Amino acid sequence: MNKQVKWAATPYLAWMAIFIIVPLALIAVFAFTTTVTVDADGTILSDEDILAIEEEFADEDGNLPEGILFEKTIFTWANILEVSNYMSTLLNSIWLALIATVICLILAYPVAYYISRLDFSRQKMMLMLVMLPMWMNFLLRTYAWMTLLEKNGLINQFLGLFGIGPLQMINTPGAVVLGMVYNYLPFMIMPLYSVMTKIDDRTIEAAQDLGAGAIRVVTKVVLPLSMPGIASGITMVFVPAVSTFIISRMLGGGTNMLIGDLIDLQFLGNAYNPNLGAAMSIVLMVFILLCMSITNSLDDEDTEGVLM
Amino acid sequence: MKKMTFSKIYTSIIFLFLYIPIGVLIVNSFNASKSRTVWTGFTLDWYSKLFHNETIMTSLLNTLVVALIASVVATILGTAAAIGIYNMNSVARKFIMNITLIPNVNPEIVTGVSLMLLFVFLKMEFGFTTLILSHITFCVPYVILNVMPKLRQMNRNLCEAAMDLGCNQLQVFRKVIVPEIMPGILSGFLMSLTYSIDDFVISYFTYGASSQTLSITIFSMTRRKVSPEVNALSAIIFVVVLAILLIMNIVDIKKHEKEARR
Amino acid sequence: MKRFIAFLLLTLLICSAAPAVFAAESGYDIDYSDSVDWNKFRGEDITLNVYNWGEYISVDDGEDGAFDTIAAFEKLTGIDVVYSTFSTNEELYAKLKMGGGSQYDIIIPSDYMVSRMINEGMLTKLNFDNIPNSGMIMDTLKNADYDPTGEYSVPYFWGIVGIIYNTTLVDAEDDVHSWDILWNEKYANNILMFQNSRDTVGIALKRLGYSFNTTNEEEIRHAAQTLVDQKPLVQAYVMDEIFDKMIGGEAALAPYYAGDAIVMMQDNPDLAFAVPTEGTNLFVDAMCIPADSKNKEAAELFINFMCETLVALKNAEYVGYATPHAEAFTYLDEEMQTSVTYPSDEIMEAAEAFIALPSSTTSLLDGLWTDILSTGAASPWMTPVFMGICIALTIGINAFKRQKKKRNSF
Repeated sequence: MNKQVKWAATPYLAWMAIFIIVPLALIAVFAFTTTVTVDADGTILSDEDILAIEEEFADEDGNLPEGILFEKTIFTWANILEVSNYMSTLLNSIWLALIATVICLILAYPVAYYISRLDFSRQKMMLMLVMLPMWMNFLLRTYAWMTLLEKNGLINQFLGLFGIGPLQMINTPGAVVLGMVYNYLPFMIMPLYSVMTKIDDRTIEAAQDLGAGAIRVVTKVVLPLSMPGIASGITMVFVPAVSTFIISRMLGGGTNMLIGDLIDLQFLGNAYNPNLGAAMSIVLMVFILLCMSITNSLDDEDTEGVLM
Repeated sequence: MKKMTFSKIYTSIIFLFLYIPIGVLIVNSFNASKSRTVWTGFTLDWYSKLFHNETIMTSLLNTLVVALIASVVATILGTAAAIGIYNMNSVARKFIMNITLIPNVNPEIVTGVSLMLLFVFLKMEFGFTTLILSHITFCVPYVILNVMPKLRQMNRNLCEAAMDLGCNQLQVFRKVIVPEIMPGILSGFLMSLTYSIDDFVISYFTYGASSQTLSITIFSMTRRKVSPEVNALSAIIFVVVLAILLIMNIVDIKKHEKEARR
Repeated sequence: MKRFIAFLLLTLLICSAAPAVFAAESGYDIDYSDSVDWNKFRGEDITLNVYNWGEYISVDDGEDGAFDTIAAFEKLTGIDVVYSTFSTNEELYAKLKMGGGSQYDIIIPSDYMVSRMINEGMLTKLNFDNIPNSGMIMDTLKNADYDPTGEYSVPYFWGIVGIIYNTTLVDAEDDVHSWDILWNEKYANNILMFQNSRDTVGIALKRLGYSFNTTNEEEIRHAAQTLVDQKPLVQAYVMDEIFDKMIGGEAALAPYYAGDAIVMMQDNPDLAFAVPTEGTNLFVDAMCIPADSKNKEAAELFINFMCETLVALKNAEYVGYATPHAEAFTYLDEEMQTSVTYPSDEIMEAAEAFIALPSSTTSLLDGLWTDILSTGAASPWMTPVFMGICIALTIGINAFKRQKKKRNSF
């Protein structure tokens, strides 16, 4: 191919700059700045100063003449430090997302293994069944869980037949974890499956012939070989789970806040403060990048991420 | 053999878990009562009402228009980009690929918020334009990721051979490269379409009053009560998708069998 | 012969009246005044973006006499309406700040938010020549504190906040006429609270005997602390979700707006409404036009339409809130006029309206609200330390791996 062909990427590079790099830069700008009121000399005024000035200069309608107070954007660390106040929420999000990821891994592993050992046409059909729920709107699926979990919901009605309950299931951290597991389980099954199909049946047979029991086959052969799948499965479940804000709102009732809810609250929610929201986003982003570098080191080979 | 039945049962339980909520939706679409938990009788009313519900129909149309435009543009942009990036030296390629992956690796909420800040900064009016631009942004990486491996599989000598036989650049591109990487382009396009239709978080931060997608409409409904018409719609979508996936799978399996026989 | 003429006249009368009756029942055609030229914008392909609270306008719900407000307006004027909803004042404010200012032509914020928006230059002055129907707004609601000159807003509905409770779940001996009941541990996990800072913190302030509009930081912090203490008892923080939850019997107690309480009580007879004696919030929601609206005149036509007597009446009957429209009020049936929506003088005396707070108090409230929802503050150095640990862990693992690889390669 001719070297000139590389210019084919130019439109995309421009796109990338405008829609990926600039927006991230804007988040950084918001996170590290704050708007303050200054006087004509540029000195920053405290609330008391402003009140004093307003009392002194305002006309009857409470309007200030122009040229006395100005707004100015200044650099600050305050937003980032303020995020620390919400560390418990971040830790809570991480904790719930971790639980969900582990449950997903435990649930998905046998399923993926089972599917990967089927013949081709069955494999295809099973995979289709795994993918199919993802085509339904995820808000609707989560809403359906509300119907199931409510105090007068279907599960409690069912349990009521046996004289159990009603149990408080909705608006608990458990419900949030359930929502995460439900929504992201296919994201765990898919990458696990795609590495497991590559494990040759003969490898397993060889291990068995050499006297390995079922447990040893799994721990010494299947598990190490499926490591890349586990790594990408963990990322694909953990990242959306830790940053979700809809699942916690619908199944957690606003009493089980996650970091995603907090960010939404600062931008389009009830506590308008984009600077703090941007700072939270940065902390979340850095944190996730760190987590990913940890999971990436799980698989030794430099495999390209198995993105579906 | 005993082991196999155990895994069968286990897998069935997992599938039951995956399909119970969908079952609830579909059953409720035939429920005469508006209540979600009480069954009062069978009706097809919600299906006929669905087609007269302007809000749902408009947002369905919006969703499809946005998804189609976004994935077509993303496919063109992404395919060109993949070809270009493939021909760069490895340092530049690694660097660009890392940035390309940002929208997919980043939490969706951060991508959404950052795009919202961009549009506010550019003083753009929120609406179809902003929605489509952001959908393209998160779709392009999927296209690139699907096309790249096909380029790598391609025999580099093919192009030179074509050139030697008198093809110009454009002809090489049209007659050699595109047919070779077509499966990648197609799967990239389909993936973009899927993600765009399904997207909620990024749309939530970048939609405008006049461009509500289905996800946004459903979101504002979930705050009060999802109208049973939406259940009817989801049942229809379920059946349609099931049919499409079944056909695709059967074609795939037939092809595979033919190849195996050969 | 006389009889025949009388019969003929009667038939004629019935025939001429019948279409009017039928039209009224079909829900779209009611008689409109000719206060303005409704057809002013017909054929001009104008789209009006209306941004309202959820569940706050009459829609066709399939019942007899249902009135679809938006469809009726579209039919009358030929203007297309895109209708969307928000759930709190603060959400509306954030949306307008984040680029929504030029998107919406009609917004309906509450009193204190109206004055905040006026102060920040986010609203445009109305031209009342285009809104002659605004003259029918009750005099008591004109030129209120939140819009002293009355130039920016036209009242849409007003109302009070009280406690809606499920009589089968709340003990008769417990006093529902006090905010204290929302802190009663007996109802743990059975209490719903507002999903917005001003209403929730307001309740806590009132319960402690403070003013809704206090700027005293200590009082506000004290109130916020009681909300943190209350949080374990709260099942969920909700806005529009309350309908589904209270009607379905999911919770026992919730503070909410009187107008919505009536709607919920219609759907579930077990529900009742009480107004705490400590005093409650009196609010007015008003129609305004954002400063950047591109269809100001069409928006004014919409406001005028909403102030049509019959439209206001239909709307008030459906929504259940108190109408500010003097004439529409007189047409309401007596049951409605004496319902909890229109409180007694006693309640009105103890009620207090929200006023716009200074920006420092608002940001204090926003911050505390985030704190209440997330509970628990930590040392400011936790973030850096936490990240440091993560970085160390990553480097550690990688270093360990490299070491291992090196060993293996021998």
